[in-house]
Amino acid sequence: MRLLTHNMLSSNIKGVTNGFPLLIEVEKVVEKQVDFNEDFLRNMFPKIEWKALVEASRTMGYTELPENAESSMLDSDEFLRKFHHALIELHLEEGALVCPETGRKFPVNKGIPNMLLHEDEV
Amino acid sequence: MKLKQLEGLLGSLDQFENPKIELEQYPTGPHIASRLLYTAENSFGDVENKVVADFGCGCGTLGLAAALLGADHVIGLDIDTESLEIASSNADDLDLDMDFVHCDIKNLKWQDRIVDTVVMNPPFGTRRKGADMDFLFVALKVASNAVYSLHKTTTRDHVKRTALRDYNAVSAEVLCELRFDVPQLYKFHKKKEVDVAVDLWRFVPKKDGEKHL
Repeated sequence: MRLLTHNMLSSNIKGVTNGFPLLIEVEKVVEKQVDFNEDFLRNMFPKIEWKALVEASRTMGYTELPENAESSMLDSDEFLRKFHHALIELHLEEGALVCPETGRKFPVNKGIPNMLLHEDEV
Repeated sequence: MKLKQLEGLLGSLDQFENPKIELEQYPTGPHIASRLLYTAENSFGDVENKVVADFGCGCGTLGLAAALLGADHVIGLDIDTESLEIASSNADDLDLDMDFVHCDIKNLKWQDRIVDTVVMNPPFGTRRKGADMDFLFVALKVASNAVYSLHKTTTRDHVKRTALRDYNAVSAEVLCELRFDVPQLYKFHKKKEVDVAVDLWRFVPKKDGEKHL
């Protein structure tokens, strides 16, 4: 699972109001190289919850993203490459996503998060 | 990529080994899948450089077709582990990147600004009534540009009315009518192969800010 996907997912347990972003427990991270696409990054930037991406990438061991970002930074090639790496090259392969409100864990196996709910959580 | 090439590549994908009737698992054939994505890209520009989600992805045919046509990020969602495993190995075979999420579409809670396009071949709702409309409801909340979906032609009026009136779609258009061949997958199928008439729909959701769901 890429951090781009992580940036969309919320805890979907019934009654949870602040389910975003999910915390990450890391067992294994893999990096897969992807072609650099500047237009895509520019297009994604305003849609991304930056703080969630920064936190998630740090948990995954990547500490290069600045705490705060604004669109003027998109002119910097260095910034774009870091953004690219964090957003789509880091994969959570094994571990868990954790609901920030209840602490409920959603396991991640072979890169696939299991967001299925128990009956009493729907 | 040419339509024929796309159809050919999709024809090489592995499909369900043990399809589950309760989930109405019928593979999306390469003919329909290639036309759905080809139309989305060539008539509307909804695929290349977009974020595409495949709802109820099964073996990943629609999502992988989107990746082949240049989608930048593709996410496949399904409730069934076995399907996700097949889809994931299909992605590896084609050397394509696709993310997967194991979830029940109707309980999905998603930030609604990132996904541009949702593509889906939902359960038609013959086993569990309304299953296809549950998918459509969530798809129209998640997508910011367009939703492409297949529904039985017999339900056309109902789909249109519900999408426009209850699901906040600003447009709901049948692009073409297709034949969905249902091979004899399950024991209760008496005939060897049956054609079902299905509509290929394109729905446009309300833009952010206009949504009040």
